[in-house]
Amino acid sequence: MWKWLHPYAKGEATYRLLGAWLPWLSALAALFVAVGLGWGLFYAPPDYQQGDSYRIIFIHVPAAMFSMGAYTGMAIAALIALVWQIRTAEWAIAAIAPVGAVLTFVALFTGAVWGKPMWGTWWEWDARLTSELILLFLYIGVLALYYAFNDARTGAKAAAILALVGVVNVPIIHFSVYWWNSLHQGATITKFEKPSMPVEMLTPLLISIAGFLFLTAALVTQRLRNEILKQELHRPWAQQQLGVEAEHGV
Amino acid sequence: MAFDSWQEAIWMGGYGFYVWLSFGVSLLAIAILVVHGLLTRKKLAAMAVQEQQRKQRLARRQQQERAQRKEKGAQ
Repeated sequence: MWKWLHPYAKGEATYRLLGAWLPWLSALAALFVAVGLGWGLFYAPPDYQQGDSYRIIFIHVPAAMFSMGAYTGMAIAALIALVWQIRTAEWAIAAIAPVGAVLTFVALFTGAVWGKPMWGTWWEWDARLTSELILLFLYIGVLALYYAFNDARTGAKAAAILALVGVVNVPIIHFSVYWWNSLHQGATITKFEKPSMPVEMLTPLLISIAGFLFLTAALVTQRLRNEILKQELHRPWAQQQLGVEAEHGV
Repeated sequence: MAFDSWQEAIWMGGYGFYVWLSFGVSLLAIAILVVHGLLTRKKLAAMAVQEQQRKQRLARRQQQERAQRKEKGAQ
């Protein structure tokens, strides 16, 4: 039943599959991010309390969502890498971590810049903010471990263990606003009741969230393709992909 | 549109600095990531060319050595 998955443990098959996806993901990311952010910036109505400052939400919330989503994906890759020793999964860790780190940085930065006019402070050591900062350190730690060893597979294994252990932080970030007193507001969309947002604001936000989903996927795809090529550089198929004619009969 | 003019849209009801700073830095960070990915691919292509040239040099050297050995054997 799962046999169709087998070829993707090999670099070349995955590289080609990702290559088929990349243009679509990039186009969808550009379209949805442009529409979502443009709508949010210029067409959504201002908030009755926060005025126009709330427009930061259209980049802050999607970035924060996929900073955690990417980490969850990386942890799943780490589990697959540790249990089944599949090298593509090891490389996925190295591909996801920088993307996740940038998304986390974006969430933290936009949060700080939003916090200054609304809360009166750039930063507060409260649960939501601190746990998101720890997420950034986890990403950096995973990357550092991945590249810290002369033997790439040892590095990948060490990074995978950290990625897997660190996944405990993801639910902590999500529930931090309920478990501790926080300056940060509670969930707006991801709750079972009606979302606490009018539809004129919710629509561009959802479009932007979709855009960031495609963006995250496109960025990870790009980096995973690079990582596969790097690891298989000596193989004829990789050389061909990089524009070098394969040698015959030498 | 939620604003009457472009000036007002840039002013953002007094919050322009915060809104544009957060959007600007975020897009810049993502752009850096994209460009870094493209540069990595370029670097890999250069490495692949180098690797190929190294292989060709090695092959030539081996051929020369084989030819020399043959000459010595013939003497």
